[in-house]
Amino acid sequence: MKALHNGQIAWVRRACFVLCLVPLGRLVWLGARGGLGANPIEAITHSTGWWTLAFLMLTLAVTPLRRLTGMNWLLRLRRMLGLFAFFHAALHFATYVWLDQFFDWTAIAKDIVKRPFITVGFAAFVLLVPLAATSSNAMVRRLGAVRWQLLHRLVYPIAILGVTHFWWLVKKDLTEPVLFACVLVLLLGARLVWRARTVRAVARVPAASVR
Amino acid sequence: MLIRRPPDIAPSEITPPDLYRRRRAFLRSAGLIAAAVGTGVVLPASRVRAAAQKLPNTRSGTFSTTEDRTPYEDVTTYNNFYEFGTDKDEPAQNARSLKTRPWTVAIEGEVRKARTIGIEELLRLAPLEERVYRLRCVEGWSMVVPWVGYSLRELIRRVEPTGNAKYVEFVTVADRRQMPGLAYPVLEWPYAEGLRLDEAMHPLSLMCVGLYGEVLPNQNGAPVRVVIPWKYGFKSGKSIVKIRFTQTQPRTAWNRAQPREYGFYSNVNPEVDHPRWSQAKERRIGEFRKRPTLMFNGYAEQVASLYAGMDLKKNF
Ligand code: HEM
Repeated sequence: MKALHNGQIAWVRRACFVLCLVPLGRLVWLGARGGLGANPIEAITHSTGWWTLAFLMLTLAVTPLRRLTGMNWLLRLRRMLGLFAFFHAALHFATYVWLDQFFDWTAIAKDIVKRPFITVGFAAFVLLVPLAATSSNAMVRRLGAVRWQLLHRLVYPIAILGVTHFWWLVKKDLTEPVLFACVLVLLLGARLVWRARTVRAVARVPAASVR
Repeated sequence: MLIRRPPDIAPSEITPPDLYRRRRAFLRSAGLIAAAVGTGVVLPASRVRAAAQKLPNTRSGTFSTTEDRTPYEDVTTYNNFYEFGTDKDEPAQNARSLKTRPWTVAIEGEVRKARTIGIEELLRLAPLEERVYRLRCVEGWSMVVPWVGYSLRELIRRVEPTGNAKYVEFVTVADRRQMPGLAYPVLEWPYAEGLRLDEAMHPLSLMCVGLYGEVLPNQNGAPVRVVIPWKYGFKSGKSIVKIRFTQTQPRTAWNRAQPREYGFYSNVNPEVDHPRWSQAKERRIGEFRKRPTLMFNGYAEQVASLYAGMDLKKNF
């Protein structure tokens, strides 16, 4: 695969940005013309929640895809995808606080403590905040690459919490949570396999050189 | 745009369903074209309401609430009927394939007059009344629906339960060819719900054949369902093909699926939370702010005595 030059990458990023706005655009469009069904607040909660999780999965897919295909420019989309995940999480949380609970802080606090699915969702959201806050180049420099990378490994538990949240909230039909869980297992599993291979390869090198 | 409705017709003259469906499809496309021509915009199909069959001689019944009714459009497009899919809009899309004629309901078990009753007879069994009831779903939303039917006790009395009958089970149709949701084992099929006999005999318990003065749409449980307004919606079985009287408490669909979350009684109770969410408040469809949920869905005056002395936290 030929590497893309900077001009091409800029175009890919612009296209990606526009594509990432489609789900929200659809929601706004439907909302404006009363097309969100009988329970629009539920529809908004579900859409923003679903897309938070979808963007998290897309973000996590960048590294494995890059390794499999050699398309290194994919890495240049990762920050955008991650920030879109955070953006939708913020909308999702705002929908809950404003539209669903209407700033009933007592009810919200009770929910966060008492309802396991809200507890894990909230934990995932809280953990996403520092990642979004340290996403700029300036912050990477300030933290130093090693610490930055360590911090951003939080995305793994966040994704696990997100899938758990979905799993625990459905009434009975687990189809979608199961699909998300499978994707996540694949994405995290690929990393584990590669890591194990690297460790083994590294371990073999000195042995080979001795012989 | 005004679609003229046919004058009142006797149930015996009801159009055969095939013809009726073809006519609906035609009306829908005719409506679409008319709307498109008239306004320059094409409306989505669900917005164009075909003329449904009006139910004759419906008188207004007792126990009706005067609260604002949930629009027909919402009542018929936001449904839980897992046999047609687990998304709320799926029943409206998929239930068209349900054939509601011919239809029979088998009356079985602890009754003196066990037999199979045809839908035509059921429709004529007692005078039809309109009952405007609140409907509270276990998921935390609610509606106000003008149902049409008669008290379930009218039927029960006629089949003469024996002294052994303590419970009644309602079994929903389960036909894989007509109900795509049955392909997934989300619940154990057929869907079955149950009541204590005294609950079923309560005058509020409704044998329901229509809503908004018209024949029940398929997604709302055509051609015949029950409506138990003081219990969470899932207790009110739809598209019923069997009513069985038993001595022991029947096993019920949601209770079988998740016994910790859905009890046999499942009375609306703001003080007993679902293990995963609160039941203290509800969102009335069409409203923005949530409203407090009422004990027994606001029917405490009528039904609280059925549960005198019972621990409602234990018997949730
Ligand atoms: C990274 C964080 C989060 C992710 C990935 C996430 C994801 C999701 C998903 C996938 C759904 C279901 C969508 C569907 O049914 O199609 C959902 C629903 C929901 N989420 Fe979240 N969520 C997150 C955070 C939160 C937070 C912080 C709250 C509230 C404090 C919250 C409250 C809810 C509620 C109330 C529902 C709807 C539940 C229902 O209808 O039964 N979520 N979320």
